[in-house]
Amino acid sequence: MQPVFRRLALFAVLAGAALTARAEEVSVAVAANFTAPMQKIAAEFEKSTGHKAQLIFGSTGKFYAQIKSGAPFQLLLAADDETPARLVKEGDAVAGSQFTYAIGKLVLWSPKAGYVDDKGEVLKSGKFEHLAIANPKLAPYGLAATETLKALGLADGLQSKIVMGESITQAQQFVTSGSAELGFIAFSQIHKDGKLIEGSHWLVPARYYSPIRQDLVVLSKGKGSAAAEALAGFLRSRGAAEIIKSYGYDL
Amino acid sequence: MVLTPDDWMAVRLTLELASLVTVLLLLVGTPIAWWLATTRSRFRNVVGAIVALPIVLPPTVLGFYLLILMGPNGPVGQITHWLGLGRLPFTFAGLVIASVFYSLPFVVQPIQNAFMSMGARPLEVAATLRASPWDSFVHVALPLARPGFITAAVLGFAHTVGEFGVVLMIGGNIPGKTQVLSVQIYNHVEAIEYAQAHGLAAGLVVFSFLVLLALYSVGGARNTLGAGR
Repeated sequence: MQPVFRRLALFAVLAGAALTARAEEVSVAVAANFTAPMQKIAAEFEKSTGHKAQLIFGSTGKFYAQIKSGAPFQLLLAADDETPARLVKEGDAVAGSQFTYAIGKLVLWSPKAGYVDDKGEVLKSGKFEHLAIANPKLAPYGLAATETLKALGLADGLQSKIVMGESITQAQQFVTSGSAELGFIAFSQIHKDGKLIEGSHWLVPARYYSPIRQDLVVLSKGKGSAAAEALAGFLRSRGAAEIIKSYGYDL
Repeated sequence: MVLTPDDWMAVRLTLELASLVTVLLLLVGTPIAWWLATTRSRFRNVVGAIVALPIVLPPTVLGFYLLILMGPNGPVGQITHWLGLGRLPFTFAGLVIASVFYSLPFVVQPIQNAFMSMGARPLEVAATLRASPWDSFVHVALPLARPGFITAAVLGFAHTVGEFGVVLMIGGNIPGKTQVLSVQIYNHVEAIEYAQAHGLAAGLVVFSFLVLLALYSVGGARNTLGAGR
């Protein structure tokens, strides 16, 4: 199909859905780091389409296991690009439906003002007991953190100070509770209502780590669902892009 | 075999943790159980309820509060820092202390029940024979409560091996220090390494079954209705 026709077809589907005014519900598995922007996007989506989005937040690895065991999710917003690709390959997701909805940015953060400088020199000083990261085996942001430490030549020197959370949420919790002085987390985590929360941070230059692509895919259970298609389309809209950027993601 | 060196390290660490915690629990739990079994204090119910809390609380609640209490801003964290012991989160010592809290009811309750089912009579008899309270505790109460101690030790050990939520909250996943078996299984599942997850998980199922089977084989015959009367 020509792109124009494809758009027309999509328009026809959307218009048809609107005309019959059949509000459907779509069940969406969402990576935990995307919780805040997704809640906002879902509210906008419900307002403009009449469909309802039921959001389930969790880790991508757990979602994979649940989807393989027949979980009723129709859409997956993963924290990486590998899991969606794998689901397509294994026949659990719709081929060609995968696209990048956000690109994550890594920050080094401390809740103390003035603790982290804007060049990350604090890492070289070594004047801290614990540096929190997410487990690099489980979370793309954890992998990005270890890549950054390697690029800076600090991986071996700081090895004994690293503590790992099972997710970036837990890494942040270690830092917030004060048990670790600072940690590598997602830039989106220090945003609240479009503003930065208290503390100090270093936005890690993108050249230090491989891009954290967060991909979306329509799952087999969402095939043919108007609401699932509509939400996937809505996430590519300009309105959604603005919300996503306001939470510290790239596009 | 699919297990990695990290997996074996987790197995060893878990066994070390559970053994140490069991010994500490018997030392700490016995006096508490004795006091609960014998006291007429009006705080008895309050203490009993506090000891039982970990049974009903989700481990994450316990772990969350321990993380805050033991952190640099928490009272326990400030005391340990002042004593020059450093801080407890992300250390083996921290895991040991958290596990003692977490498994306490599983040790105190069987011992307390054993003391109580013994009744006051044996101790009264010992007293009329001029045994000192300490004497009668060591030579009368402890031997009579032996089945309770065996149950307590096995449950305390097994419960610590199966601990997950608390360790996840305060451990920090450090291989050889805080990365225990249950956390390692979780890591494998999350990383979609199902073969290794199976290796460890199946091992844990078999281990737990054997422990409980042994426990019931030791105590079971005597506890059946009609037996031993």
